[in-house]
Amino acid sequence: MTLPSIEVHGLTKRFGSFTALDKLDLKLEGGKCVGFLGPNGAGKTTTLKMLTDMIFPTEGECFLNGISVQRERKRAMESAGVLIESPEIYPSLTATQALRMVAELRNMSREEQNARIPAILEEVKMADWADQKVGKYSKGMKQRLNIAAALVPDPEIVILDEPATGLDPRGMAEVRSIVRDLKKHDRLIFMSSHILAEVTDVCDEVALINHGKLLFYDTLDNVTARFSSGQSSMDASFAHPVSEETLRGKLDGNPDLVKYEQLDPRRFRLSFKGGLPAQGRLLRQLSGEELELVSFQESKSVLEEIYLSQIEKGD
Amino acid sequence: MPSWKQALTLAQYQLRDYVFSRRFILMMALVAIIGAILTAVVGYFRPAAFLESSGAFYAIFWGGGVTVVIVFAGVIFGGDAIAGEFQNKTGYFLMGQPIRRATVYVGKYLAAFVAAFTAVVFFAVLLLGNGAYYFGAGAFTATFLASFVLAIVYLLALLGATFLFSSLFKTSTYATLVVAVLFLFGFMLIQDLISGLVHTTPWYILTYADSIIGGIFNTSCASSPGTHTCTMPGPGGGFTQTVTNATIPEGVGIMLAYFVITSVLGLVSFEREEFS
Repeated sequence: MTLPSIEVHGLTKRFGSFTALDKLDLKLEGGKCVGFLGPNGAGKTTTLKMLTDMIFPTEGECFLNGISVQRERKRAMESAGVLIESPEIYPSLTATQALRMVAELRNMSREEQNARIPAILEEVKMADWADQKVGKYSKGMKQRLNIAAALVPDPEIVILDEPATGLDPRGMAEVRSIVRDLKKHDRLIFMSSHILAEVTDVCDEVALINHGKLLFYDTLDNVTARFSSGQSSMDASFAHPVSEETLRGKLDGNPDLVKYEQLDPRRFRLSFKGGLPAQGRLLRQLSGEELELVSFQESKSVLEEIYLSQIEKGD
Repeated sequence: MPSWKQALTLAQYQLRDYVFSRRFILMMALVAIIGAILTAVVGYFRPAAFLESSGAFYAIFWGGGVTVVIVFAGVIFGGDAIAGEFQNKTGYFLMGQPIRRATVYVGKYLAAFVAAFTAVVFFAVLLLGNGAYYFGAGAFTATFLASFVLAIVYLLALLGATFLFSSLFKTSTYATLVVAVLFLFGFMLIQDLISGLVHTTPWYILTYADSIIGGIFNTSCASSPGTHTCTMPGPGGGFTQTVTNATIPEGVGIMLAYFVITSVLGLVSFEREEFS
């Protein structure tokens, strides 16, 4: 059995004199989730649109499971479920009718449709709205239905462009849960996102793009090992105002502490080396009765730190 | 799945969207209003020109009315058919499927055609009801059937042109406005200017060809197909004028040429349009 794959070769897109994407080469293979990161205008959506033949490359070519999207759109797209730019569905259709349309366009039998569509609507928490017209849906509900539409054909490849856009925090958590479930079926998921916590949570690998150029593509572990400064940063909050002198006195002699800054009278940001063991030592030092520590949380995730440093470097 | 089957599937769902939308109700209401106004005017004033024969009745009532109905149907169902896919983002949903752009275009054309055809049939039913009232069984003539077929050919051509304009724009409003202005006033104005000022036959304008829908009834010199020298009413016994109308084969040829050329150009335009 061949593994699902997405390949792009020398993919370039120019809009007049502006180069949105510059000779992108990328090969994703196997059942996994790859997060596609980058700031606004970096070229993420442009890449995904060319992967699905919504826009045309100035140079280069894209392949889904080895089939050229530019030369054989229909055949290439058969293996893919796609959600790009929060699409709209004909407002007079119900959720069930919209998914039936997708199923029929993909030549699914009536039996398959009857089994799969209610299950998918259940999965995206839209079962109660199955027979309501799409025109009445909120933005979040439409997005769930779009995710459902991408999953109707049980695709080997899933391409998602910021799937949590427009969803409330509960909806975002549900999308994460859906994406995690998708991974169980050996699918290749390529997902662009602004939400680093979402990528850290569900993705195995990450590709970072800026100004149309790929900065890196690797597993999350390798990316952390390659680019992390080795420093962690925690925000400590206290029940009462704490002076800098008091904190300095409390942490005096801690070999892991690199620096600290006072965010407000009750909060400090502490940067330290040494990973989790050092974090534990720091917490023990702060948690005595004297200071009344009330919270101790990560101020930036490792991925966020890497993201910001790499983007700044590129700028 | 074969592309033709996908086109039919898409047409079926698009049609369902049309039928349950306000635009379909609006179209049917427009047809009912046009039919009601004509029915009331003929019923109240009983103009001799209308009622001298069933042919004269159809030439004016049907020939004049159905072209307006078809233009409205084209604007309402075709004006934003392709542009709306970009503006409303429904195209992003369709393009996520394994489907050719040409299939999307054809499917949407079929849906618009069936919806517009329904409006034309509704108008024909209203008209035949009037015809039956005034002329009894003699109202159902073979010439009317032939005229109905010509109207459908005109519908094919007009929708082809409408889809072309729709595929040239990414904004529904522009597309709808251009189609409405062109077909309701623009083409007729150009046609009058060309024939009146330059004295050449504007055979390349679609509205020149649509005269055969009423002209087929051959009830007046001025509207009959072909070139005639007609006596026009006016002071002092009137005047003579040479009138050139499209012949039936010419009219059909122009309409089919419009259908084929605009469909090909529209398809090419849609194939090259980016969802950006």
